[in-house]
Amino acid sequence: MKWIGAALLGGSLLLPPFLAGDFYINLASQILIAAIFALSLNLLVGFGGMTSLGHASYLGVAAYISALLTSRYGFGHGTAALIAISGTIAMAAFFGVIALRASGLGFLMITLALSQVLWGLAYRMSNVTNGDNGITGLTRPAPFGISLDNPVAFYWFSLIMATVAFLMMMIFVSSAFGSSLKGARDQPRRMAALGFNPWLIRWITFIYAGFWGGVSGLLYVYYHKYIHPSSLSITSSAEALLGVIAGGSGALGGPAVGAALVLLLKNYASAYIERWNMLLGLVFLFIVLVMPAGIVPGFSRLIAGRRGAQR
Amino acid sequence: MTAPSGYALEVANLKKAFGGLTVTQDVSLAVRPGERRLIIGPNGAGKTTLFNQISGDLRPNSGMIRLFDADITYLPPYRRAHRGLSRTYQIITLFADNTLEHNVSLGLLGLRPSRWQIWRPMASYPDLKSEARRALDAVGLLHLADHPISDIAYGERRRVELAVALAQQPRVLLLDEPLAGLSNTERATVKSLIASISRETTLIMIEHDMDTALDLAETVTLLNYGRVIVDGQRDAVIADERTREVYLGV
Repeated sequence: MKWIGAALLGGSLLLPPFLAGDFYINLASQILIAAIFALSLNLLVGFGGMTSLGHASYLGVAAYISALLTSRYGFGHGTAALIAISGTIAMAAFFGVIALRASGLGFLMITLALSQVLWGLAYRMSNVTNGDNGITGLTRPAPFGISLDNPVAFYWFSLIMATVAFLMMMIFVSSAFGSSLKGARDQPRRMAALGFNPWLIRWITFIYAGFWGGVSGLLYVYYHKYIHPSSLSITSSAEALLGVIAGGSGALGGPAVGAALVLLLKNYASAYIERWNMLLGLVFLFIVLVMPAGIVPGFSRLIAGRRGAQR
Repeated sequence: MTAPSGYALEVANLKKAFGGLTVTQDVSLAVRPGERRLIIGPNGAGKTTLFNQISGDLRPNSGMIRLFDADITYLPPYRRAHRGLSRTYQIITLFADNTLEHNVSLGLLGLRPSRWQIWRPMASYPDLKSEARRALDAVGLLHLADHPISDIAYGERRRVELAVALAQQPRVLLLDEPLAGLSNTERATVKSLIASISRETTLIMIEHDMDTALDLAETVTLLNYGRVIVDGQRDAVIADERTREVYLGV
């Protein structure tokens, strides 16, 4: 039953290019990008027990590196992407060393502080980042000579990337290492006594999450062809965290659903109400009250409960 | 380098204080390979604190801990595990949502390089599965292997604690109150389990239940207020006047 649901959902992802107009296809692409971002954050939050409020750093830095290299220094997209991802990984490795000195709230505050530093830099170092104006006039890559400039092509590209990301993260959490990660989340002392190095496990996960955050950042900048300091802001981090919690950090697909919800609310509600954040807050409140574990675990319990009642 | 002492575990002049409270004062003891050592003492004598220093959860203020003649005083806990030290906890610390098999598998995985493997699903290691099941069989819980820990009774959880530790085939095993909270029947089961542990494993055990624990012990160390009061062969320690004074309250 669970598999049928997953297959239906997966199949429905193939439909937008055939059914919808450009607006909706673009929206679907954005959802896929936000989903990769939220899934990468959930490696920390859900599977590692490390709640980060600075995950936008990886999205933003990868996007900025790619934007700068392609627009200002004449790099090709391939090389720029490689450098952007390597840079993001190096930064995650460095930030991880600092942030993992603490856990819980301390960890959250350090990740927040580090990302605020980057956000401040993006605003203030205007000779490099163009400050509040952002970097405009960017292009999309053309892998294997296929231009991604039209919405349908870009959607397919995003879908392939999101599928790869989802599968790789699924393998990651069900691997032996993933079991160690969950163990280090639940009983770090016990894990250490059993021969695991909890710190190193968390650090590797931190870097891996940073890597996928960077991948989503590349897609983000390709999609918008524009980058602004707000991509590094606390709002950007918090929206992803909201998506993770709303969708359900315990389920692998949960954050993707949550990210979709946040993005849809943002796009639809903002057309009608100016204070769409308030609506987002209300929806979030509703989810927390009715389905404390998140939408995906909440619904699966609901379905399981109904089936149990029928029997 | 000092000459090899031949001891499995040697603790020398160990001292640990929390602020003004000294919990371990100048503790020294030496355990031979294969020995069965019982550590006794009233509540607050510093028994578990001593274990926590041996296993690396706590750092001593001074003194030395040697495992098979290697200085491990400042090694992190996971390094000690790789050198053959294993422990159980007074307060059960298992992974409640996971199955018994998974719990034991984690113990096995902790000592294997494959714990770093991020490509292969954990479920695809047949040897891990079969060894975990063998370990569960040894403590008589094979029939519950696929149940989550939260499903099983307290006494059974104590046995899973043992299975996790024994699956690692430790050279030195620290048992922190393995009989705590068990019924008489369960006590007998766990007692015979502990008695059947191979002599390849040196046993050091904290236990309050003297009737059961004394049968398992060859040597006894009595702690009080963080100090070693008496230390030696079981019968000699029991007969000692200071033991009666401190522990038996006579």
